[in-house]
Amino acid sequence: MQTDPMTLTLFVPLFGAIAAFVLPRAASVIGPFSVLATGAAVALLAREVLAAGAVTVSLGGWAPPLGIALRADGLSVAMLAMTAAVGLLVSLGALDALRDARQRQYFWPLWLLLLTGMNGVYLGTDIFNLYVMIEVIALAAVGLTVLSGTTAALRAGLEYMYASILGALLFLTGVGFVYLQIGRLDFAGLIAAEPSGALSAALALMLVGLLLKTALFPLHFWLPAAHANATAPASALLSGLVVKAALYIFLRLATYMPPPDEMLVTLIGTLGAGAVIWGGIQALRAERLKMLVAWSTVVQIGLIFIAFARAGQIGLAESWKAAAVLILAHGIAKAAMFLAAGRIKDEVGHDVIRDLDRSAIRPTLAQFTFALAAISLIGLPPSLGFIGKWSLMEGALAAGYWHWVAVTMVGTLMSVAYFSRVLAAFLRFDRVRAPVGEHQGWALADAAPLTLALSAITLGLMAAPILSFIELGYPFGATP
Amino acid sequence: MTPELIYGLTGIAVFGAGLAGSLGAQDRLRRVLALKLASVGACFLLIVAAWREPPAAPDPVPHALVITGIVVMVSATAVALALIRRLHTLEAEDDAD
Repeated sequence: MQTDPMTLTLFVPLFGAIAAFVLPRAASVIGPFSVLATGAAVALLAREVLAAGAVTVSLGGWAPPLGIALRADGLSVAMLAMTAAVGLLVSLGALDALRDARQRQYFWPLWLLLLTGMNGVYLGTDIFNLYVMIEVIALAAVGLTVLSGTTAALRAGLEYMYASILGALLFLTGVGFVYLQIGRLDFAGLIAAEPSGALSAALALMLVGLLLKTALFPLHFWLPAAHANATAPASALLSGLVVKAALYIFLRLATYMPPPDEMLVTLIGTLGAGAVIWGGIQALRAERLKMLVAWSTVVQIGLIFIAFARAGQIGLAESWKAAAVLILAHGIAKAAMFLAAGRIKDEVGHDVIRDLDRSAIRPTLAQFTFALAAISLIGLPPSLGFIGKWSLMEGALAAGYWHWVAVTMVGTLMSVAYFSRVLAAFLRFDRVRAPVGEHQGWALADAAPLTLALSAITLGLMAAPILSFIELGYPFGATP
Repeated sequence: MTPELIYGLTGIAVFGAGLAGSLGAQDRLRRVLALKLASVGACFLLIVAAWREPPAAPDPVPHALVITGIVVMVSATAVALALIRRLHTLEAEDDAD
């Protein structure tokens, strides 16, 4: 049995999931502790990476191309750490938010399985393992989507399942053809491969599958309903973490593969721009709070792809950093926002935006959390979202691509507009008949989202260490 | 036309039919079946591509990929079918109310 931290980040949540499933009564104890232990393993791994750059482990002592290797560099540890930290706080929130015994029984095994899959994606070094891991994620994520058991959630979950199966099929076909072209499945083989039309076609199949899973416009159709109808902790996990797994694989593949030509990069940026505009319009029209937050995820995914394409093909060597910072910022802020939205819905009793200011109960702490998360998502300084958007625009300006700056500006203005719809309802008191009670609707459950939102803001002040950390081990082999 | 080409085109055609069905069909069960069809097409393509002129043996790795794909598809189908059944029950209850 290998006991290095990298293997532990996979096996602790896996065995935790099995234990939580077998012992449903102890699940609420096993769950948070497994996440905590995974977080500790990630911290150990981070120390190793800080000391040595990239770390590689061959499972069972078999080296690739025959065996399976796990590799951790700055970027993957940053993703692991974000997943563990957000996951831990969402777990704490879930302890209170899940009232139904059935929900509590199934939440923990599903969530720990999801964690296993995501850690596997961030450490995986060959595309076939990534395929297996995204399938583990997909099955667990659909389970979390339908956890609330309502008809709307089941419909959305089924739609999600269809999209997921199709995305996986495209990815698997692509993996098969890549193997037939170059006879290898590991990243090292992909980097060394001779660029050819057939190989690009195979990679394109994989990328389309991933875009479907990460919900880039116009393949986002399944996302808003699925994320808006899940229970609050599940929404936070789905929106904050799950879509990032496919995004991360996209980032890796798109940088490892024979350089995509300029047109492809522009196309990806254009799809991102479509997501920003269309998602913004839909968020402006949304009637329910959670739906608005879900559409904002579509917008943010688009923004991350714009960051990827911000400086064209030559800029890819730098652009992934802007995309990575936006991924981290969105993961933290969106988890906070969904948890806060869930708290508001719990206290007020509904989440119809138009009627939020008619309620005598004001869950002010949750509203404050929502506003803080909105600051990071809009991209106001000093939040982490600001750093991401700043480096996006800086890179685009340096490369002379003004159109990406313009789209980002428009998207930012739209996000101010749709979040203001909610914030205005928090601040209006003239439509309430009854006296408004102070400190009503505060609960211990506000602690987790508030911590997340505060860290989304304050991490912006630590942008320099974060940026130098994700470069550790040269994730994209720029300097070997 | 070589047999290889015929098999290959058949695989693409089956995959395409499944893809069109999964995107276009209205009925939930039909969409699941269409996705299954698409997966058969994709697996077919990979197996054909792994074929080698005898006496050379076919490449086993794509076969391994296909087997994993089948396992994943079975579990995904099971989840989809379970969701459809549950939805069916819930909607019948809604209608009864």
